[in-house]
Amino acid sequence: MRILLDGFTKSFGPMTVIDKMTLEIRDGEMLALLGPSGCGKSTTLFAICGIHKISAGRILFGDRDVTNVASQQRNVGVVFQSYALYPHMTVAENIAFPLEVKKLKAAEIKRQVDQMAELVHIEELMKRRPAELSGGQQQRVALARALVRKPDVLLLDEPLANLDSKLRLEMRSEIRRLQLATGITAILVTHDQVEAMSMCDRIAIMNAGEIVQIATPGEMYRNPRTEFVAGFLGNPPIAFLHGVATSGGFASVGGEAIALPASVPLPPPGSKLTLGIRPEHFGPTGNIPIRGRISFIETQGRENLYDVTLPSGSMLRSIQPLRGDVALNEEIEWSIAGDRILVFDEHGTRL
Amino acid sequence: MTSNFRAWPVVLALSIVSAPLVLMYVYLLVDTVTSTAPGSLIPYEFTLRHWTFLWTPVPGRPDIWRVALNTLVFATASSAIVLSLSSTAGYVLSRLNVPFRRFFLAGVMVLHAFPSVTLIVAIFLVLQMVGLYNSLAGVILVKAALDMPLGIWIMKGFYDTVPWEIEMAGIQDGASRFTVWRRLVLPQVRPALLALGLFAFLSGWSEFILPQVLAPDNRVQVLSVYLAGLIADDNNFDMALFKSVGVFYVVPVILLFLFFQKHLMNIYGGGTKG
Ligand SMILES: Nc1ncnc2c1ncn2[C@@H]1O[C@H](COP(=O)(O)OP(=O)(O)O)[C@@H](O)[C@H]1O
Ligand SMILES: [Mg+2]
Repeated sequence: MRILLDGFTKSFGPMTVIDKMTLEIRDGEMLALLGPSGCGKSTTLFAICGIHKISAGRILFGDRDVTNVASQQRNVGVVFQSYALYPHMTVAENIAFPLEVKKLKAAEIKRQVDQMAELVHIEELMKRRPAELSGGQQQRVALARALVRKPDVLLLDEPLANLDSKLRLEMRSEIRRLQLATGITAILVTHDQVEAMSMCDRIAIMNAGEIVQIATPGEMYRNPRTEFVAGFLGNPPIAFLHGVATSGGFASVGGEAIALPASVPLPPPGSKLTLGIRPEHFGPTGNIPIRGRISFIETQGRENLYDVTLPSGSMLRSIQPLRGDVALNEEIEWSIAGDRILVFDEHGTRL
Repeated sequence: MTSNFRAWPVVLALSIVSAPLVLMYVYLLVDTVTSTAPGSLIPYEFTLRHWTFLWTPVPGRPDIWRVALNTLVFATASSAIVLSLSSTAGYVLSRLNVPFRRFFLAGVMVLHAFPSVTLIVAIFLVLQMVGLYNSLAGVILVKAALDMPLGIWIMKGFYDTVPWEIEMAGIQDGASRFTVWRRLVLPQVRPALLALGLFAFLSGWSEFILPQVLAPDNRVQVLSVYLAGLIADDNNFDMALFKSVGVFYVVPVILLFLFFQKHLMNIYGGGTKG
């Protein structure tokens, strides 16, 4: 079901956390709400499911205005960060609870619970209590409980934050599989860009209560709208060079001059600029040569990550397939792929 | 216990210190089923004479079973009231955004700290006015009211430890606030309910001053008042009878402690375990 936040505003007392946000989640898509801690992701989620009353604006589920509808009548499934399983109930009772509340017949409840258990692969755990489950299993139960009443939208608040890295990988694909299998509209809240990129159809990236950009993961990575977005996405992260515009190019604070492609609309010479250069766009091939010293090498297995300190003291990162011919502190001359440079003005807006 | 010191010296020391106490209890029990010559410490005969109050009422006093029943009703009813009201009021104060919440919390605290004996004259007058003087119902209500602040405070503390997400999950699952409380939250504070119930029951069982002042009549007498009547009776003072009734009075308490001591400790531990 399509979800629309229209001019959504939320204040806690005098503090406005979110100011006039507008966000549309398309029917059947999985959208990531990505942003640093404290930017208002959970607040947005809690407004959608009705835990928080919103201060202004409207929330629409399909064509239905649910702004003043109680949580119980909204038909939203939520998976909390702590899973919030009911500790005194078995797995089966946990999943059955939403159906019992609906006063379905016992046989019908049993049928739906079993069906759900099969979908999330927990058939053999039905008699256990939450305390006897691993983190990943608890997560599956929480998903089953959220999905069993066939909600219009599934909300996930940092669902992977409490799992170890191996389980996180497993549950990442598992959650996506369930979302695709049920075709449900879903919103995933996370501060982890890898989760957002790997699990979702689109990403809405938030900063300080505002949505900075909404795009598909690939589009957002290639074409970030601001310096913040460019810095948030990508692992290893993008490197920034600060400096000023010259006629036809860029001069870093330390003096490196870099000619920029004509496609970038440059501000008048002397204006402050920031260049963003991703690690994969700096290496042996490229068209803008630049000299530097290798100051750090991180072996990542298939690839190596090199930190290169420029004569001015600024730093660039380069990621390359394993090679044995460069060593720490060696002077190198590598090149930047000029057409891939991201240029930002002094407010961080992409040019 | 981690034994990085030897246990027996401690046990020995504690035994010596508590020996007089144990001895007194033993004497109490022995005394109720034997006769001892005045001035002597050694009993000379075994007898059940001191326990005859169980089947023939002591002259001028109500039937002991009637009194025991009154005590049971008094303790059970007042603890039931404390339990049901504390479990709901504690939840409201812990979770719901009611007006004057801080005022209520402070009020509960003050009421708990307030020495209730000072209220007794006023309560006496009130009960007389509403016609509940000398009735079990009246004294039950008073007892429950005086025990309630502590109960509310304890229950609020336990509710505070229940994760907020559990309630929110229940709401999202479509349950009403009341259903969430009854089916999801209440089970989390079960240990507290059990402990508070026992606590209130024992407090009612041992209450003396309220029934003594507010319901002294033979009809509604409770065991503590009965016992006090025995000791105050200068005409035919019977030490052995007093001891036997005392044992009769205290046995249920000891049994309850034996069965439920684990749960009673819980009230001081706080939080839900298991
Ligand atoms: N109940 C509340 N009362 C006051 N401030 C709150 C409340 N909930 C959240 N906030 C504030 O709102 C901001 C956003 O919080 P939140 O939505 O939880 O961030 P996150 O993106 O990490 O989930 C934070 O600055 C937080 O301090
Ligand atoms: Mg959050």
